[in-house]
Amino acid sequence: MPDRLLRFRRPAVTVPESGRSRHLDEPPLVRAALIGAALLFLGLFLVLPLVTVFVEAFAKGLGTYAAALSDPMARAAIRLTLVTAAIVVPVNLVFGVAAAWSVAKFDYRGRHLLTTLIDLPFSVSPVVSGLLFVLLFGANAALGRWLADHDLKVIFALPGIVLATAFVTAPFVARELIPLMRAQGSDEELAALTLGASGWQMFRRISLPKMKWGLLFGVVLCNARAMGEFGAVSVVSGHIRGETTTMPLHVEILYNEYQLAAAFAVASLLTLLAVVTLVVKAVVEWRTHE
Amino acid sequence: MRARPRRRGPLPGFGLSIGVTLAYLGLMVMIPLSTLVLGSTRLGLAEFWSAVSAPRALASYRLSIGAALLAALVNLGMGLLVAWVLERYRFPGRRLIDGLVDLPFALPTAVAGIALTTIYSSGGVIGRFLEPAGIKVAYTPLGVVVALTFVGLPFVVRTVQPVLRDLPAELEEAAASLGASRLQIVRRVLIPELLPAALTGFVLAFARGLGEYGSVIFIAGNMPMRSEITPLLIMIKLEQYDTGGATAIALVFLLASFAMLFALNRLAARREAHAVGA
Amino acid sequence: MPMLRSLLRPAAALAAAAALAVPALAAGRTMLNVSYDPTRELYQDVNSVFARQWKEKTGEDLEIRQSHGGSGKQARSVIDGLEADVVTLALAFDVDAIARAGQIAKDWQKRLPDNSAPYTSTMVFLVRKGNPKKLRDWNDLARPGVTVITPNPKTSGAARWNYLAAWGWALRQPGGSEASAKELLRGIFKNVPILDTGARASTVTFVERGIGDVLLAWENEALLVVKDLKPGEYEIVVPSVSILAEPTVAVVDKVVAKRRTRELAETYLRFLYTPEGQEIAARHYYRPRQAEVAAKYASVFPKVTLISIDEVFGGWDKANAAHFADGGTFDQIFGVGR
Repeated sequence: MPDRLLRFRRPAVTVPESGRSRHLDEPPLVRAALIGAALLFLGLFLVLPLVTVFVEAFAKGLGTYAAALSDPMARAAIRLTLVTAAIVVPVNLVFGVAAAWSVAKFDYRGRHLLTTLIDLPFSVSPVVSGLLFVLLFGANAALGRWLADHDLKVIFALPGIVLATAFVTAPFVARELIPLMRAQGSDEELAALTLGASGWQMFRRISLPKMKWGLLFGVVLCNARAMGEFGAVSVVSGHIRGETTTMPLHVEILYNEYQLAAAFAVASLLTLLAVVTLVVKAVVEWRTHE
Repeated sequence: MRARPRRRGPLPGFGLSIGVTLAYLGLMVMIPLSTLVLGSTRLGLAEFWSAVSAPRALASYRLSIGAALLAALVNLGMGLLVAWVLERYRFPGRRLIDGLVDLPFALPTAVAGIALTTIYSSGGVIGRFLEPAGIKVAYTPLGVVVALTFVGLPFVVRTVQPVLRDLPAELEEAAASLGASRLQIVRRVLIPELLPAALTGFVLAFARGLGEYGSVIFIAGNMPMRSEITPLLIMIKLEQYDTGGATAIALVFLLASFAMLFALNRLAARREAHAVGA
Repeated sequence: MPMLRSLLRPAAALAAAAALAVPALAAGRTMLNVSYDPTRELYQDVNSVFARQWKEKTGEDLEIRQSHGGSGKQARSVIDGLEADVVTLALAFDVDAIARAGQIAKDWQKRLPDNSAPYTSTMVFLVRKGNPKKLRDWNDLARPGVTVITPNPKTSGAARWNYLAAWGWALRQPGGSEASAKELLRGIFKNVPILDTGARASTVTFVERGIGDVLLAWENEALLVVKDLKPGEYEIVVPSVSILAEPTVAVVDKVVAKRRTRELAETYLRFLYTPEGQEIAARHYYRPRQAEVAAKYASVFPKVTLISIDEVFGGWDKANAAHFADGGTFDQIFGVGR
């Protein structure tokens, strides 16, 4: 639908395409073969797993599905996942905007190093990310001992899960914003300043609206990862049922209890979240093209 | 936009934004990472070396790097194809498929892991047909490649697509008017134009594949020396009360990823500078 | 800005609601039992019966939380600060590791009867209906063309027990020696395509994924599959010799001192030794210690010659150093040895 709209509004785009010389187009057979190959690949690797989750989730009927999701353990896992995301996402939102601003709007020595540092958690294996916090807050570390003496729990409790999740998802907002900000440049901001706006006024009236779609997508991606993180959380969780198991960990537990349908039922919630993420992204892209 | 801001540039907020950034990075990233470095210095050089160069560790690097490389290569080829098909051809469902490409970014890795295992194990939708043909995917190194291909799928597609979209039509037309065949145009004109972006996607997919854990442990056989990835080895070392060994291997792995990422950012920066200069 | 606000507001509301909801879960007294992989169903039962008794006796509401995973991994979590009031692990070695870290008194195994193992089990073969590969004893597992499923001895208690059972069997054969035992294990592991980190994951691989001809399993796990999960699809084969597996339990001294739960934790573990606790264990296919309960459930458990780890291997410390530590026989048969 948006595709057709686009064409309708700008017929110029389609004309040269249909009027292209034969040299600039593949023969129909090659074209079909290429499309076929691409679709086959995507079908095998993307569509099939997606379908499998839902097929397996409903394999034992709606009753099992509903029971799996209303189980107290499942509800506790869903709650923990929501709480974690509700803490992590706003924090990383603020960090992401600040980080993108500091890297994209200024030039100075060490800017590339800083960009790499911002990206770093993205390349750290999730397992290692979890390990970091065990090394820092574990009962055998100095800090961990001090915390234990003061009866503060970090790992194997909510704070540890939040920290590990925040670490893993830290770069998402900044990654979306940096290229956007650099591409957009600072001319409007400079104009606003010349007209006498204060720094905050400029940021609120000019910069935020300019970056809002990129920001939204960054937040959505950050949220999806925060809710879905497995490796890092698995290391710091302690797997206490109904207390420190997030949804992905609950999926693993069910999977190991011969409750395959229930495991896939919880997985299907996470998959729905992924689908919503994709829809938001499509809307964002469409709005930016407008 | 021609005049790049000199030094820092005239915009406000440098102090605040970099303050927040450095404070957060310091607390959340640098302090935890420094414990990794400190933790491994406690080991002593000989112990450190024997932990990171043990045959089992070496085998796991080989698998992790090999499988990530192979998956990234598959994604390089298929990513170029998919980007091409999505940008150049019109067919029903194109927008939907375009949107679906990002699925691996959004889908939790554990969910991907159990779904892929279900599909490729011997009773699964695809495994059922591969098994009689003598091809085993689930619980073999090939399974690792499949999982990593899934995880890294969007990278090349998403880096190549914008370049392909912005490619001036004149380029191809000029080549055609000079008598080049379609195949020559693809080889001599298109591929060189797309290659830098594709390589960026390739490196990103590779880096992601190296560290991946959640989706792999379900589908890999996890056999030492054969289908045990490095992140799993780190986990197992931990569970064997060998924190030192786990720390050492984790550090080596981390430095490798960091170096790769830094090189990539430099490459991107150079290209950006190029583009501005042109 | 309105956009930002509209993003933040529901998030904040959610956080507030959730923060209010979480403590509601924790009403009354709580206790954490950190256990190994296949005991999930056992302790679900034990916990609900015990909590009811405790309520009758003291009037307190008690919520017992469970955490399950590979035995080694669970012990590691406790060492790193997971606040378990009690641990109920697959083998004494893992409890020893916690004791070495100073969280449990060194003499823990003497504090409760029967080596602190309220129930025992052993290792058996779970095969598909009709035993199509005709697997009878340990040496059959090394035959070419047989696929064996077992978890990873580096991380799983079950895997360590069955590794040692096979080793012990080989030693007892005519002309048996360390070398022949190693040869047998090398042959068996040549037939193993997947090493999961915990016993449960291996059972899922064998039962749900349909991989392998035989699963080396806890007897309780095998009986659970045969009697409850998939009746009629699998059979149990009892090897001529197996090992007496003693899953051990202990109060984590450091934690109960801090949380003031010593009395509760000790009563909980002693409950496992009462006739009622023993009944529950037997119902979940763990071999009870108490003679009367054992007699009542005798028909459930096949007769098998059991060797003990102390007799054959000189205790867990020695067995671990020789076989499972880095460079031990397990590493050697994978060509990792130095």
